[in-house]
Amino acid sequence: MTGPRRRPEENMTASAPATPPHRRRSRAHHAARRQAGPGSFGPAQLAAALPDALRKLDPRVLLSSPVIFVVWTGSVLTTVFSFADPGDWFGWTISAWLWLTVVFANLAEAVAEGRGKAQADTLRQARTDTVARKADGSVVPGTELRVGDLVVCEAGDVIPGDGDVAEGVASVDESAITGESAPVIRESGGDRSAVTGGTRVLSDRIVVRITTRPGETFIDRMIGLVEGAARQKTPNEIALNILLASLTIVFLLACATLAPFAAYAGTRLTLVVLVALLVCLIPTTIGALLSAIGIAGMDRLVRRNVLAMSGRAVEAAGDVSTLLLDKTGTITLGNRRAAGFVPVPGGTEAEVAEAALLSSLADETPEGRSIVSLAEDAYGLGDRYRERPEGARWIAFSAQTRMSGVDLAGRRVRKGAADAVTAWVGRLGGQVCEELREPVERIATAGGTPLLVAVEDEHGARVLGVIHLKDVVKPGMSERFAELRRMGIRTIMITGDNRMTAEAIAREAGVDDFLAEATPEDKMTLIKQEQAAGKLVAMTGDGTNDAPALAQADVGVAMNSGTSAAKEAGNMVDLDSDPTKLIEVVEIGKQLLITRGALTTFSVANDVAKYFAIIPALFAAVHPGLEKLNVMRLASPDSAILSAVVFNALVIVALVPLALRGVAYRPAGADRMLRRNLAVYGLGGLVAPFAGIKLIDLLLSLFPGL
Amino acid sequence: MGPVTAGVLQALALLGALALVYVPLGDHMARVYSSARHLRVERWIYRAVGADPDTRMRWPAYLRALLAFSLAGVVLLYVLQRLQGVLPGSLGFASVPPPQAFNTAASFVTNTDWQSYAGEQTLGHVVQTGGLAVQNFVSAAVGMAVAIALVRGFAHTRTAELGNFWADLVRGVVRVLLPLAVVAALVLAACGVVQNFAGVHEVGQFTGGARQWDGGAVASQEAIKVLGTNGGGYFNANSAHPFENPTPFTNLFQVFLLLVIPVALTRTFGVLAGSVRQGYAILAATAVIWAGFLALMTWTEFAHREGALRIAGGALEGKEVRFGVAGSALFAVSTTLTSTGAVDSAHSSYTGLGGGIALLGMALGEIAPGGAGSGLYGMLIMAVIAVFLAGLMVGRTPEYLGKKIGPREIKQAALYLLVTPALVLVLTALSMALPTPRHSMLNPGAHGFTEVLYAFTSAANNNGSAFAGLDANTDWFNTTTGLAMLLGRFLPIVFVLALAGSLAGRRPTPVTAGTLRTEKPLFAGLLVGTILIVGALTYVPALALGPLAEGLAR
Repeated sequence: MTGPRRRPEENMTASAPATPPHRRRSRAHHAARRQAGPGSFGPAQLAAALPDALRKLDPRVLLSSPVIFVVWTGSVLTTVFSFADPGDWFGWTISAWLWLTVVFANLAEAVAEGRGKAQADTLRQARTDTVARKADGSVVPGTELRVGDLVVCEAGDVIPGDGDVAEGVASVDESAITGESAPVIRESGGDRSAVTGGTRVLSDRIVVRITTRPGETFIDRMIGLVEGAARQKTPNEIALNILLASLTIVFLLACATLAPFAAYAGTRLTLVVLVALLVCLIPTTIGALLSAIGIAGMDRLVRRNVLAMSGRAVEAAGDVSTLLLDKTGTITLGNRRAAGFVPVPGGTEAEVAEAALLSSLADETPEGRSIVSLAEDAYGLGDRYRERPEGARWIAFSAQTRMSGVDLAGRRVRKGAADAVTAWVGRLGGQVCEELREPVERIATAGGTPLLVAVEDEHGARVLGVIHLKDVVKPGMSERFAELRRMGIRTIMITGDNRMTAEAIAREAGVDDFLAEATPEDKMTLIKQEQAAGKLVAMTGDGTNDAPALAQADVGVAMNSGTSAAKEAGNMVDLDSDPTKLIEVVEIGKQLLITRGALTTFSVANDVAKYFAIIPALFAAVHPGLEKLNVMRLASPDSAILSAVVFNALVIVALVPLALRGVAYRPAGADRMLRRNLAVYGLGGLVAPFAGIKLIDLLLSLFPGL
Repeated sequence: MGPVTAGVLQALALLGALALVYVPLGDHMARVYSSARHLRVERWIYRAVGADPDTRMRWPAYLRALLAFSLAGVVLLYVLQRLQGVLPGSLGFASVPPPQAFNTAASFVTNTDWQSYAGEQTLGHVVQTGGLAVQNFVSAAVGMAVAIALVRGFAHTRTAELGNFWADLVRGVVRVLLPLAVVAALVLAACGVVQNFAGVHEVGQFTGGARQWDGGAVASQEAIKVLGTNGGGYFNANSAHPFENPTPFTNLFQVFLLLVIPVALTRTFGVLAGSVRQGYAILAATAVIWAGFLALMTWTEFAHREGALRIAGGALEGKEVRFGVAGSALFAVSTTLTSTGAVDSAHSSYTGLGGGIALLGMALGEIAPGGAGSGLYGMLIMAVIAVFLAGLMVGRTPEYLGKKIGPREIKQAALYLLVTPALVLVLTALSMALPTPRHSMLNPGAHGFTEVLYAFTSAANNNGSAFAGLDANTDWFNTTTGLAMLLGRFLPIVFVLALAGSLAGRRPTPVTAGTLRTEKPLFAGLLVGTILIVGALTYVPALALGPLAEGLAR
């Protein structure tokens, strides 16, 4: 389709459902399967991730996380120091716990990555080495295809690479990538032309023009993404890393300079003690969990069947302040439904209903079926046409005529767009009743679509009345939009409908604004306008026409059912092709940032308690007054330091589930969210270690000789 | 009326006076820095130095002008001291030796006013008035210019320009500091502060006998000493000297003067940033920290009720009887929470915890309310850090005043945070580890350690107050504190201007319900928490071995 997309009439009949009706149920089923799989977290997963965690002890790997690298260096130092003084059980114990701290940090990352690995393995099975039959008859391995090659795929073939259907129509099984068992239709031209390498043709024959080089296909990228191999640090992650690194340097200085200070005070601090203090003070908790949080955020999207092409896009989703939502499929149910029949003056509703029913009997579009069921149920015409009239010639909808109907013996019935039907009646010498203008306009103003019904019989050609087709707003949408408004996000409905229609639906759905009679250019202008005002824009799209806008938007979610141009332009792909999911994407983006902030705050706040544990332990011997700071009444200096180190290590493991799951997110304004998270993670971070360190100290004091 | 009640009333009177001038002075400064007009006298100055006050400068140009100007100041002041012996009007004093001349030049150009010399025994009228007093004006104006440049970074959109350094500098002196200093000097002189060139005064001593003192332009220098948060006294005893600070009223007036510009700058910030409420939030955080420190200081100085302290009604040692414990505590807290460093009592003689409070006030970076200009930009850096943490917790890329805080911005803020702790801790550690510097310590144990820690904290944070009890006029301390002052002043300025430059180029994000509201009390509270935790955590081990060990010993 070119030009303005989804004109009401085109939409009415041209859009056969891309997937059969049982699809929704199967998606729910599928989602449940994925949730139950890698979504859970337990000791078994920790154990499974252990080998990976140990492999990550390589300092070259650790360099990307400055905080953990410092802990690693400290562990090496204390271990060496312990070898020099093998009788010192304290040095050995501290060394052991420092190594554990590094392992726990690696474990967090390994667990997060492990969840993606399972998915990647499934995908790899789809990427089997295929043989491509090129259109010129030659047969080459799939890995030797070049962009622009034409390949032929018939029923049973696995499509050898990403491309667009150049010729033909086929049903394709895409379950390898979407997990969706129901087949989808792929056809040349239009917005459903993209096919993905690794999917299987179930019926018919298509010629595919290859658009991606082998090794860079969608499945390859998916594997890279879910495995975290393609992971790059996002701007926000980089900023946080800088802050953490600077805190680490500050504490490094504080600990390094403490040695001469203590020497002056008359006590010698061992390297083990200084390293222990350092590791307790630097933000190890967030340092250990930072990359796991990022990977888990991507993974949460993957489990909702959304693929983000970069972490940057996920982050941007949290910042989005304007959502562009396509009316059809997102705000309203995909299809309009018949809501009533309006007769011309002097006619009856039943007359209109019967004609409408007749014209729609063979109309398999959802709109057509809704006309049939309304006529049958509300006007008692249920039995009359159980059997289709004999000798009828069914007129299907076409983009040229923009009408459909039936020719019976001595009677022709048509329904369709107002101007098309008017013209048809005029051609047959009939008069169009002027009084119809009023109901037609009324229906349009109310957001409906008026379809004219006309007959030509022995009384000549005339219009009988109007069918009122109505958009049905999905249940719960206005609550959803109110929620978004509280989060500070403006929703704009995009529709090809005229202004009046758009306004009525916008009002009913509760969106903040709308763009009527939208062309792709309008959409682009709107996005640029919003961005010029400093806003971040998210949108969904599927057609080739959408590609520029998808690329311009800060978050562009392409539907998997769409063209490869759209999928290439967007920075996310929704495998379920469910535009409503944009809202969830925003929430996941926010949750990712909140989790980072909450754990950073928690980590920094922890330092207060650690000082209260370690400072008296180090110096009460030379400055007895400092014993007053031992508010936790820890048993001995050694056990105090050890308790702080153990707490510091264990808190990482304790917070792994939170890092993977994300902080509980409830949509609310910024003020409420900040108050809540500060109370939980700020105050919690201050208080929790006091309790934790005391508890560990109590347990340690059970060991004799400590 | 008991001494505590009197102290509370003094503090309330001070707050009342600050409240009265807050809006007019803040608005005046906002107009001064955003006006397009040049005064005639300013034009003369621009012509004399050959500067174009209308060029819009990006941050590197702004920084270059600032550094060139300050370097010239250091060289000029150094040469002036080295030539004192041959200059007229020097009261017969010899030239200052090189290490001390370097130290003093660095000290006054950086708005620190650390003094390793005794004014009345070292410097004549030329250096005092022609050198030091001039730097008292311009070093404060430099600080204010940097603060204004940072505010412009937040307020400007998509232009990387921060204004004109020369215009900001000259206006700060001509339209803000000079008029206020004239009024303040008149008030001080009227209340008994010395202002003459009449030669030697003979003054009877409390302990019997008499002592000779030279007069000088004391009142005028005193005014800018506190107004510009400089702190360099005409006499060694600084504001404890009766010629500088004769009465409890002048004492309170001096505290008012050293707070007034940094406090009013929060208003200027609000006006220029387009939301006075943003300024109030910063002011609120400032006020909470200042009031908390004052309450703690007053409590610890009054609370010690054993032996001599009990008889005196508080820790009166080292404090002037005419100011009492409360007046001294008020001065000590205000001078260390600003970058003034003038003293009206010996901080070394405070209780262990009291000395620690003064030390911590400086260690936090002197931002509540901080020095003239430097307080505001230090506070805004902390606000950027606080916003970064809190902003994440509302699920958005953090933003402050509509500007996103990305990797570049955090890098500058983080580097800013690193400078002073690094200087203080490394230089203190070197002084403790090397054999010679320790000879300067006049006290043993924790107190001696505090003396050294205090000296470097004061120098690196450009405070300039001395703890007393440390002989700082050695080559080691003259050199190291001199370096600490220069690096502690100009490195942070580099990072602030770089931050301002990168903010100015950013497009503002509009406010929505999802925006973190930085003008709300919740954020002010968070800012206080961030300052206390991020700022203080660095120093806790060192503080434990100094003031905490001493203060908790009893």
